[in-house]
Amino acid sequence: MERRDSLAGYLFIAPQMIGITLFVLIPLCLVFWYSLHEWNVLAQTFRFQGLANYQTLLRDPGLPPVLGATAIFSIGLVVFNMSLALLLAVLLDQKLKGITLYRTLFFSPVVVSLVAWTIVWGFLLQNNGGINALLASFGIEGPNWLRNPTTAMISVIVVQVFKNVGLNMVLFLAALQGVPRELYEAARVDGTPAFRQFTRITLPMISPTVLLTSIITIVGSLQVFAQIAVLTQGGPGMSTTVLVYYLYQQAFQFHKFGYGATLSILLFVVVAVLTFIQWQMRRKLVFYEN
Amino acid sequence: MKTRTLLKSATALTALALPLALAGGAHAQELRMTIWSANEAHLALFNEIATGFAQLRPGVTVTFDSLPFDNYTTTLTTQIAGGNAPDLAWILETTAADFVNSGALAPLSGAFAATEGYELGDVTKQATALWRANGELYAYPFSTSPFALFVNNDLITEAGAQTPAELIEAGEWTWDNAIAIAAAVADSGADGLIVRDFNYQLWQNLAAIWNGWGASPWSADGDTCTFADPEMVAAMSFIHSAIFETGAMPGPGESTDFFAGDAAMTITQISRASLLPTGDDAFDWDLVPLPAGPAGDYAVIGQAGIGVFGMAANPDIATEFLAYMSNPENSAKLARFFPPARQSLLNAETLGATNPLLSVEQLEQVVIKGITTGQVLPGHEGFAELQQVIRAELDALWVANADVEAVLNSVCNRIAPML
Repeated sequence: MERRDSLAGYLFIAPQMIGITLFVLIPLCLVFWYSLHEWNVLAQTFRFQGLANYQTLLRDPGLPPVLGATAIFSIGLVVFNMSLALLLAVLLDQKLKGITLYRTLFFSPVVVSLVAWTIVWGFLLQNNGGINALLASFGIEGPNWLRNPTTAMISVIVVQVFKNVGLNMVLFLAALQGVPRELYEAARVDGTPAFRQFTRITLPMISPTVLLTSIITIVGSLQVFAQIAVLTQGGPGMSTTVLVYYLYQQAFQFHKFGYGATLSILLFVVVAVLTFIQWQMRRKLVFYEN
Repeated sequence: MKTRTLLKSATALTALALPLALAGGAHAQELRMTIWSANEAHLALFNEIATGFAQLRPGVTVTFDSLPFDNYTTTLTTQIAGGNAPDLAWILETTAADFVNSGALAPLSGAFAATEGYELGDVTKQATALWRANGELYAYPFSTSPFALFVNNDLITEAGAQTPAELIEAGEWTWDNAIAIAAAVADSGADGLIVRDFNYQLWQNLAAIWNGWGASPWSADGDTCTFADPEMVAAMSFIHSAIFETGAMPGPGESTDFFAGDAAMTITQISRASLLPTGDDAFDWDLVPLPAGPAGDYAVIGQAGIGVFGMAANPDIATEFLAYMSNPENSAKLARFFPPARQSLLNAETLGATNPLLSVEQLEQVVIKGITTGQVLPGHEGFAELQQVIRAELDALWVANADVEAVLNSVCNRIAPML
């Protein structure tokens, strides 16, 4: 009977295991295997060269600016996205008339096609585009948003935040609504100011959600591709060439599949380390976790 | 989420690797050719030619696979990496060196010479130069399209400037005078000169200007960077001044369209004549050769070749089809859309029959002269990477206070190890 139960259990998880094996484990091993080779697509050669691609990685003059741009993008995105999402969630956690409409409005970009969203923003951000025309109507001369290294990075971050902030907002909203109201009542009775209530009650109570959204947002920020490809193509200079876009260029545009695989291993390590650090930090920063 | 990252990169590579192992399963009599046009008239003509070939070789079918132009070469090489190489493919001039020197393409000279009535000698040597290696031809230059200036005479006369036709008549059609026209129109509120498709990304299209100064990005053998040579510094200074001092050219991040009537002139290939507006939106247009630069008269051409992939299932029959497709009879048909490389077709009578929008003078001065004397856009082995690296370096040039010479020196410092 026990063996039959075990068999049934294995059968239930079989589809998932087959999927993970086919689409995660085998490709992961293949990526590592490819990273040890020089793969010339046109000449149809596939030569083992040991750790040569990893040596190239250490000497690649393009990599430091790429890692710098990736760090700036990720930090900017995480800080702006989570701050705005939390602010919106607090503002929308009210019992007001029409509040559902506002929640829907802020969430709606999440379901819009990413490429369509980015293309429209590309038109708006042109030097003679909609945003600068709006600024000009107030007598302000706007910058050439996508042609200046600083404003280009800010633009890409803002476009990405506005696209996805609704998702984190909904998660924060759900967490806020789960905070027992009696805690606030007790704090009010004690005369605790509103900001102190937020830092001493709200934030600790929603800390598991903060951890979840921070992991989702950081990993998502390391995967950004379409916005860069559509808005800046990595420019001006290398200012918005983030790691995934650089990986795509090396593998698919420059036909260096072996080196592209090496860069994807680097990306895997970065994501794994960041996720591990966040997971360890939960012991200090996350409270009331089930 | 970690697994999602892995999944994306690993799945993409698996998708490339697995078909590689299964390659070679295509049916021997089915040919596939990748192209970057989805134009119905183009496809109808290709299918007509394929039908004609099927009558000679019963059982052979040819399908034309239209890939988006923006990512054409990336998509093509990804297909090759995935073991799904087409039998034939259009190839851009900028990537010609990569394909020709890689050994991926099948040799064509012998097959063409052995085809009755092919007349390989009729194909100009200048047109085939890019597609040869060690004396062997690896692709057929099916489209050789000169760059020229389309002109909006309405905007120019409204701005009180002389038209290019008047300057040509007076023997004063130079870049200095051309850019003065563009600046005058820009002062009047419209835009001046647009280098179409440049968009401060595809810098190689600026060859249509800098060739007038005798400049080039690298030496003829491709081994030495010449971006910082005096000719290029002078040409780039001219372009920089036109953008940031006189406003004769729209600046970076500005979108404008000549064919919508927004600008005085645009440098583009003659095939864009089909974009000229008609009816209420029509304007008085002209097509003129590129102005003379300090180095004198010149012409620049874009080229596209068709190659046969040796690693595909049917290289012999694919070569036979290419010989049929590019024979004198079919070349004359293709000339309707793609300027031919055959000397016998380079006359106003043949080209006029297939380009009714252009006058005999325009055909002779722009098309025929351009094809017979023009230099091809710059290309190099590993061009995709060079293109991106140079694009990134040149971004420092597209600001008002740029030091042109310093930027061009930094381009050379960056690309010298790659040449």
